Amino acid sequence: MSSPADTRPDDQPLLRVSSVSKSYGARTGCTDVSFELWPGEVLAVVGESGSGKTTLLNCISSRLLPTSGSVSYRMRDGSWRELYRMSEAERRFLMRTDWGFVHQNPADGLRMTVSAGANVGERLMAIGDRHYGNIRSTAIDWLGRVEIGSDRIDDEPRAFSGGMRQRLQIARNLVTSPRLVFMDEPTGGLDVSVQARLLDLLRGLVADLGLAAIVVTHDLAVARLLSHRMMVMKDGRVIETGLTDRVLDDPREAYTQLLVSSILQV
Amino acid sequence: MMATPLVVSEVAKSFVMHLRGGLTLPVVEDVSFALTAGRCAVLGGPSGAGKSSILKMLYGNYGVDSGQIIVQHRGALVDLARAAPRVVLSVRRETIGYVSQFLRTVPRVTALDVVAEPLTAAGVDRDEARERAAALLARLNLPKTLWSLPPATFSGGEQQRINIARGFITRHPILLLDEPTASLDAMNRQVVIDLIAEKKQAGVALLGIFHDQDVREAVADTIVDVTRFAPKRVAA
Amino acid sequence: MSDIATYNFAYLDEQTKRMIRRAILKGIAIPGYQVPFASREMPMPYGWGTGGVQVTASIIGPEDVLKVIDQGADDTTNAVSIRAFFRKVAKVETTTETAKASIIQTRHRIPEHPLREGQTLVYQVPIPEPLRFLEPRETETRKMHALEEYGLMHVKLYEDIARNGHIATTYAYPVKVEGRYVMDPSPTPKFDNPKMHMSAALQLFGAGREQRIYAIPPHTNVVSLDFEDHPFEVQTFDRPCALCGAEQVYLDEVILDDRGGRMFVCSDTDFCETRRAAGHVGELGAATQRPEEVR
Repeated sequence: MSSPADTRPDDQPLLRVSSVSKSYGARTGCTDVSFELWPGEVLAVVGESGSGKTTLLNCISSRLLPTSGSVSYRMRDGSWRELYRMSEAERRFLMRTDWGFVHQNPADGLRMTVSAGANVGERLMAIGDRHYGNIRSTAIDWLGRVEIGSDRIDDEPRAFSGGMRQRLQIARNLVTSPRLVFMDEPTGGLDVSVQARLLDLLRGLVADLGLAAIVVTHDLAVARLLSHRMMVMKDGRVIETGLTDRVLDDPREAYTQLLVSSILQV
Repeated sequence: MMATPLVVSEVAKSFVMHLRGGLTLPVVEDVSFALTAGRCAVLGGPSGAGKSSILKMLYGNYGVDSGQIIVQHRGALVDLARAAPRVVLSVRRETIGYVSQFLRTVPRVTALDVVAEPLTAAGVDRDEARERAAALLARLNLPKTLWSLPPATFSGGEQQRINIARGFITRHPILLLDEPTASLDAMNRQVVIDLIAEKKQAGVALLGIFHDQDVREAVADTIVDVTRFAPKRVAA
Repeated sequence: MSDIATYNFAYLDEQTKRMIRRAILKGIAIPGYQVPFASREMPMPYGWGTGGVQVTASIIGPEDVLKVIDQGADDTTNAVSIRAFFRKVAKVETTTETAKASIIQTRHRIPEHPLREGQTLVYQVPIPEPLRFLEPRETETRKMHALEEYGLMHVKLYEDIARNGHIATTYAYPVKVEGRYVMDPSPTPKFDNPKMHMSAALQLFGAGREQRIYAIPPHTNVVSLDFEDHPFEVQTFDRPCALCGAEQVYLDEVILDDRGGRMFVCSDTDFCETRRAAGHVGELGAATQRPEEVR
């Protein structure tokens, strides 16, 4: 088992977001968001619809060009690169190797008409793996890690349930050992028992692999379970940020207090 | 090991209840005290005086309005009141342990693994962590049949024993205890008293809130009277 | 009555030929890259070789000798009509002999006889995009080619092996050209893929409906995609041609009667006849003749 994230204060962050803003003409997506993310840290971005959290996620994961501000990433060789100064080829390569993106709807992040094994193996083939046997056994290994039976390796995701598709999407993203994974409502739309299984799986994988992750969610329970840090957004701005359990147990801002008190008790 | 691994200095806290029109509720003011290695300090005072809040501030779970909480962590001094989240998490992983009053259960994780988690998070081998967890649970008389079940459906007393085991399993130099014996019978209360004594022997500094007078008298070396820190101003 | 409509040489007007020649030059400059071109309305429907015909029409000159084959044969409908078309609009000499032709237009096969310098092979292509059936978005496939992102091509081969135990693609087998672009060689059998590699001839590909032209200049590196543990293999035939005895050539199956009788003969008709004229005889060579005569 790999050792947990090193959190010595003198360690370098992995991602630096500086004053990122995105506006659509007069309409604001998000405004002046800045933060740093360290290796192995999971940051939850919570807010209600229209808070700007998904816009922010897209801006920092190279899917949407910000109106202003910058996003910098520390590459494996230690050098800092600004995301939007890279060539498109470099950005796409980054998205396929060092980064992952888990979509809310797994069909958006999978190839529905190729087998599960091919879905998991595609990134490997994209970076030059040319040994069928190795690709297949890596795929089987990963399917096992996300609790999909190896007998399903040749089945298409079209035949999978929602929870299974989501687990397949996770395997597909993690096969190249990315250091940073973006997740957009990873448990949205799933049944409660399925959510529980998925969250536990994610928790374990994130810890085992030392992944850094940015998880957008409207569900505070998901934030509590998965994240170390939390950012609360409203109307495009970050209104509170800090240690997850601190923000949830001792909310300071009015909106955060409203959010926390609105959760229904079971 | 440092003699005073944790020093609290002039800490103040109040709650601002925005949902009640911005009502400010001061909790404590001018909190200053220090913990001593190998000794157990007890927070004394009536309900509502802020004992639990102080404990939570020392764990980083509650925010601090002003003042400092200095802890010795990895050979350096860290002010928990101002530390970045990842530093607080590092302190929790290695330096300050916490036995909470309520167990927050995670679906699918067994009682044994809940207890073993602080060790595995610090890099201990999973099998060894589970062995040590098993030893503690056995000592706390938790039936073996429960070890492989997720604790969501356990009784209050059973959940509390999980919390205790989870807090005591590590070798953290500082341990915070929030009503650790509230739901236990006499036999298990004695087990906790013994565990606390062992920690003192090992040089751990403890700070606890104990509702039960017998337990308090058995373990306390110093009493920190929280009424000393009562806010001078009334709620406004 | 005089002809009201007269055709320009080889049917297309000179400006169109220039446009197509420019596309061809681009294709030659970037081997394997699909160059878009403005495909014209031709006097034959899509799916009947309009791309190949436009390429041929743009490069053919009065001194050229044209051969047209369809599935290797000079005497099938497609080949016959196209040959007749160029005889009418270009008045060029036509032939069935591979060695004599300067331009060979082909549907779905490469001649067995090795081509030499100065010859041009024009392929008719239905779907030029090798990634099309895996990635329907043109915007995505263009990016993949531009950024050399070909993982998906290997996904297709992976699926073949997972489903069939081996790479089951037997025609239109994807190749990598000059180590850069992945290309669909048109629906030629994979048996023919090795012939594209380091050929002395110029190979041009035209897709009329999809409006793309691509090219492989002479002496270019063309490698079929595969896996290390599932290397590319050509089909083998366990018997020689029944008419001329040729071995290691692509054979067609010909049904002889309604009692299951069949024979396997060279798909390349000219190759077979040339061999028989030189005295080679296969098992059934003396007793049987090819059904049609070549015109």
